[in-house]
Amino acid sequence: MAGDIHLFNRTASTTVNKGSNIMVKTHLEISDVSIEFPTPSGPFKALDGVDLKIKEGEFVSLIGHSGCGKSTVLNIVAGLYQATTGGVLLDGREVNTPGPERAVVFQNHSLLPWLSAYENVELAVKQVFKGKKSKAEIKEWIEHNLSLVHMDHAMHKRPDEISGGMKQRVGIARALAMEPKVLLMDEPFGALDALTRAHLQDSLMEIQNELNNTVIMITHDVDEAVLLSDRIVMMTNGPAATVGEILDIELARPRDRIALADDSQYNHYRHEVLRFLYEKQSKVEDIDQHRPKKVEAVEEEAPQKATA
Amino acid sequence: MSRMLQNISWLEPWMLLLKGENVSAQLATIFKGLAIPMAGILAFLFIWQGAANSIDTSLGQFPGPVQVYEQSFNLVKEHKRERQKEVEFYERQDERNAKKLAKNPDAKIKVRPYTGKPTFFDQIVTSLITVMSGFLVASVIAIPVGIMIGLNSGLYSALNPLIQLFKPVSPLAWLPLVTMVVSALYVSKDPMFAKSFVTSLITVSLCCLWPTMINTAVGVSAITQDLQNVSKVLRLNFFTHVTKIVLPSSIPMMFTGLRLSLGIAWMVLIAAEMLAQNPGLGKFVWDEFQNGSSNSLGRIMVAVLVIGVIGFMLDRVMLMLQKKVSWDKSAVLR
Ligand SMILES: Nc1ncnc2c1ncn2[C@@H]1O[C@H](COP(=O)(O)OP(=O)(O)OP(=O)(O)O)[C@@H](O)[C@H]1O
Ligand SMILES: [Mg+2]
Repeated sequence: MAGDIHLFNRTASTTVNKGSNIMVKTHLEISDVSIEFPTPSGPFKALDGVDLKIKEGEFVSLIGHSGCGKSTVLNIVAGLYQATTGGVLLDGREVNTPGPERAVVFQNHSLLPWLSAYENVELAVKQVFKGKKSKAEIKEWIEHNLSLVHMDHAMHKRPDEISGGMKQRVGIARALAMEPKVLLMDEPFGALDALTRAHLQDSLMEIQNELNNTVIMITHDVDEAVLLSDRIVMMTNGPAATVGEILDIELARPRDRIALADDSQYNHYRHEVLRFLYEKQSKVEDIDQHRPKKVEAVEEEAPQKATA
Repeated sequence: MSRMLQNISWLEPWMLLLKGENVSAQLATIFKGLAIPMAGILAFLFIWQGAANSIDTSLGQFPGPVQVYEQSFNLVKEHKRERQKEVEFYERQDERNAKKLAKNPDAKIKVRPYTGKPTFFDQIVTSLITVMSGFLVASVIAIPVGIMIGLNSGLYSALNPLIQLFKPVSPLAWLPLVTMVVSALYVSKDPMFAKSFVTSLITVSLCCLWPTMINTAVGVSAITQDLQNVSKVLRLNFFTHVTKIVLPSSIPMMFTGLRLSLGIAWMVLIAAEMLAQNPGLGKFVWDEFQNGSSNSLGRIMVAVLVIGVIGFMLDRVMLMLQKKVSWDKSAVLR
């Protein structure tokens, strides 16, 4: 099968990147990153001394309250923002401009609305593989990536002709097709309903099983973080946010959401994250103003979330 | 052709009616789409006729719809007569030349072009050619400049004061300058275009540059941050960035500008032709005014209506073009 050949190629090329025995060596290093945004009322320090080392093939989630600076971290890694102090090292080299080896899946899909799903992926593939793959190979590669996210049936439809979940799938296919060293996802499923989100999470786990990408994913969803991640990085509240705690998730893969629902280890991880978010870093002012019931609901456990 | 018909929305209920779909609903749509505008036009014609009857000018009574209707036939007749004359002129010339050649095979023969007075319809054609040329020249300048200043805020700051300064300038103010400059610079023994054509064209271009330029710039600078980030992450080069992201997303605004520009171009052209005595519909109106016969006002009124109809059709053509190139076929364009 054509797809298998590509998978093989991909594994081969990543092994070359890795070298021989440096599986555990740091792949991506966020080193003492701080950033100040100029605002009319003086500079605003959004991040202060963010330190994070990520290994190759690791899936890391960033979680934290809204506005703490998760997107800012991701944008700095992507090269879209410049850190005021500190920097980002990828395979030992500093990165401070955007590039396709750090592909981004944006929260609101960010597909070009005038191009079909296929053409959207094609734009990225041509940009990365021009001169390296033949025309036929490029076509095959695009179709392969679209089928990875189960979009082969609708690949010639334009974004306004497919559902939100499908758009997000295409966004992921576009990022995967660039064969990035690091895949950056900013709340990739944030705008989707719970059912579609679960589907996409399963798809993502499947793909991750096969490709073993290095991923940084921002999420607001505690279950999503525990289910998908190898490590969860919990951020303190802004301004001057930084890494609060890091939680290693040692659940065997492949993971199954239904089986895990009753798993004590899984629930322990969930509690850890919830405790961090709602006890140690509770956003009292915000919650009192806008969502007074949310705190109680979460502390009383998930089933009552809906009533909040 | 059927695609073109689909673009004409008022035909739609008729076609559905012919297909026998939901007859009463289609009749209602037709009534709304046809009968109500018709009533408006009829009311207007009545008021016009009534008002015309009570206005006496030095050239006789102001023309009502009936006189205008008659004059439009006269104009067609004149046009046919003129064409007939032209044909006869060439026939006579050919005959003469043939005779000459029969007497002396070595004789030099001359073919003179016919130089008759341009008719109303000739003037329409001249005006249309001029307006399209001026509009094309303006677009070719305005779209790239608009894209550049939309992409580069520094350039925008540099050019914006100039744009704001020149935008409100009336064509009548430009015209003397343009005429003098063209006379001074456009000198060639065998000019490809008449000087009057070049003058009209430049005046039109100068006045209709601005809406396209400004709207294109606004459209370009309004590209969402997300798409710009996509472009950055993919490291698209300048050319790909412009063709794949900038142009498609600014097409709606660009066309808003183009349609405004074409409307201005058409208005400006008529004024410029009147003032500069350059061939075209404007000159026709001016000549009739100078002529001052009892039919003049009626003929001018025909010209006024034709100018209106052509302006409307030019806008429709742009709209069709927009529908053709726009990627968002579901957008409501009007
Ligand atoms: N370009 C900018 N200029 C000024 N301030 C900014 C800018 N970008 C972000 N900020 C500020 O930095 C802080 C962190 O923003 P960021 O978007 O990273 O939050 P977030 O954690 O991603 O929030 P959310 O979960 O709601 O997406 C916020 O207070 C925000 O107002
Ligand atoms: Mg964010």
